[in-house]
Amino acid sequence: MTTMTIAKAINEGLRATLSNNPRSLLMGEDIGALGGVYRVTDGLIAEFGADRVVDTPLAESGIIGTAIGLSLRGYQPVCEIQFDGFVFPGFNQITTQLAKMHSRSNGNLTVPVVIRIPYGGGIGSIEHHSESPEALFAHTAGLRIITPSNPHDAYWMIQQAVDCQDPVIVFEPKRRYWLKGEVDTETPGASADPFKAHVLREGTDATVVVYGPLVPVALAAAEAAAEDGHSVEVIDLRSISPIDFDTVTASVRKTGRLIVAHEAPTFGGIGGEIAARISERAFHSLEAPVIRVGGFHMPYPVAKVEEDYLPDIDRILEALDRALAY
Amino acid sequence: MGATHLPSTEFDGTEMDDQLEAEAEAQLGDPAEPMVQLLGPDGTLGSDPVFSKYAEKLDPDTLRGFYADMAKIRRFDVEATALQRQGQLALWVPLTGQEAAQIGSGRASQPQDYIFPTYREHGVALTRNVDLAELLRQFRGVSNGGWNPKDTNFHLYTLVLAAQTPHAVGYAMGIQRDQKLAAANAVASGEAGQAVEPNAAVMVYFGDGASSEGDVHESMVFAASYQAPVVFFCQNNHWAISVPSSVQTRIPLANRAKGYGFPGIRVDGNDVIAVHAVTEWALERARDGHGPVLIEAFTYRVGAHTTADDPTKYRGSAEEGLWRAKDPLARLEKYLRAEGLADDSFFEQVRADGDELAAYVRKTTHDLETPDIRTAFANTYVEAHPLVAEELAWFEEYSAGFADEATADEASAEEADTVQTDRAAR
Repeated sequence: MTTMTIAKAINEGLRATLSNNPRSLLMGEDIGALGGVYRVTDGLIAEFGADRVVDTPLAESGIIGTAIGLSLRGYQPVCEIQFDGFVFPGFNQITTQLAKMHSRSNGNLTVPVVIRIPYGGGIGSIEHHSESPEALFAHTAGLRIITPSNPHDAYWMIQQAVDCQDPVIVFEPKRRYWLKGEVDTETPGASADPFKAHVLREGTDATVVVYGPLVPVALAAAEAAAEDGHSVEVIDLRSISPIDFDTVTASVRKTGRLIVAHEAPTFGGIGGEIAARISERAFHSLEAPVIRVGGFHMPYPVAKVEEDYLPDIDRILEALDRALAY
Repeated sequence: MGATHLPSTEFDGTEMDDQLEAEAEAQLGDPAEPMVQLLGPDGTLGSDPVFSKYAEKLDPDTLRGFYADMAKIRRFDVEATALQRQGQLALWVPLTGQEAAQIGSGRASQPQDYIFPTYREHGVALTRNVDLAELLRQFRGVSNGGWNPKDTNFHLYTLVLAAQTPHAVGYAMGIQRDQKLAAANAVASGEAGQAVEPNAAVMVYFGDGASSEGDVHESMVFAASYQAPVVFFCQNNHWAISVPSSVQTRIPLANRAKGYGFPGIRVDGNDVIAVHAVTEWALERARDGHGPVLIEAFTYRVGAHTTADDPTKYRGSAEEGLWRAKDPLARLEKYLRAEGLADDSFFEQVRADGDELAAYVRKTTHDLETPDIRTAFANTYVEAHPLVAEELAWFEEYSAGFADEATADEASAEEADTVQTDRAAR
């Protein structure tokens, strides 16, 4: 066991991948000498050289598109998109090409490309640097989407993404990059399956489902609720596509109440998908409607007011009160 | 209106101001713009200081093969168009007029090269030994691909314009890495200097319309930065559906290469010998590690964009006539006959082979089976996926319900028959 930050854990995970898998390589803007704007690839170019840690031209479609070509030649590229809001120049390549290649080739071709995207707000940044576009990708069949919330998961999930034969987008909670935690670099343990949700805290009165940056928020909310005598179960979804509905359903059957929280706007979001599925699967167990907590239907607001936009402990507790009122 | 310009009546009454007309004429072939041409429209072989040596290597069999391939793919084009008109294909994308650009370039590629087409490169597919009946799967709506690219190194058609251009560059970057890995392994195993895999290059096709897409720009930036072994083969067929190439570019497309820092060459796209020479040069150069080349094959889409298109809405028959006079097949036939390299019996045989191919394609198209949607469930992901599994299970149950109904219908029909029989017996 070693203590490290999420950023360092991803760095170590990438180092392990580059060491173990000679056909893996990293691509992105400023990932070489600078080590990425968040230093996630720090030191890797010195160790593995410029052919395996590739500073690319400033062109997201080109990054994803050439990664697809490399994967067709048998390579396993890991692309870094600098910020969530900058993935859109590459959106066409991700949705029309990467996601569909295996299907349209009748299974003859595989394109095991990994795309890393730092996402979410709470860092006081300027526009396009704080967004949560995961639902746009989750809606596209052919992609897998995972998001770690702690260093141990981060270390293993990036390697599991590279090992996966499908294209995988790893959304990295940028405001938690410096969150420290224990990492077991010997074995993933309970994190062996990146597409499985984890119950982080058991409870009996309500379930709160979160992922990525809101995991610590939900855990703190559950702690606060406990002081008020409410027992809240917290689930870290970990995978946004596919979603581990079995784990969520089992929890709701026990607690009877479900709150889903994410930074992304609630409309058309992952919370709505979970609400619909759970109402189908566990209708008779529900004591209250599924309540979503998320961003508003507006462009991500300016930094000075983002605290009013982002779901926090109080917003989750308010949703809990509403659920318990039924 | 300048004296050298065509009278407006020949453009079906379309009025153009002088500037636009001058531009249109420039697009049709400004003699001031250098263009590699070896075999002229009159069928005589000219010379070029750089590329004649490639033409000189071509033996009579190869030249006859160029003609046979061009004739074959034109015949195929006619057949596919007919199949669409008869409702056997949802859509067809004709290539007539572009045979030399496609056969000349395709035949310059080596088996180890990898080709990324757009969706009109049926002629290139022929040179890569793709079964042309397989090619029709996509247009019949029974597959989004149709062939396995690994069999022929001819990638699937890409319908999102220019999206395949960065794939080509990435693939070429992979070839570069393969060569380095092979060299490193050879050194490590003490076998340095021994023959390894032949060097490979990538060729990617796109058109004058797609040249405006950002992906072409990004691809050329990447290709130049990493000196990737890739040949950009742009067929400037003058029309992006209804929009003339003058809207896509103010300069010859080949000139754009200079801005990226690699050679760009305009070649007469209706001259199969010149296209072959220029492409062979470019691919050799790429394989030898000298980086990318842009080839602009100056040609013309004689037919419609697709079978859903109506060119009479946007261009005149006079323009088409001008280009028919530059026909790639006619000029090679003239040359072969004049040089005594082919006689009537050869051309008769080519026609017969074309008809045979057409009959094969017609029969095979009729026989193409509609796939089971279960294959779409199976091919969405490589690895097991719970949502796909759940939806497939639902679909199976739902479908089975209809099977029960069908059985029930059958049973009630039988029952009705029995009643009828009973009544009759009474």
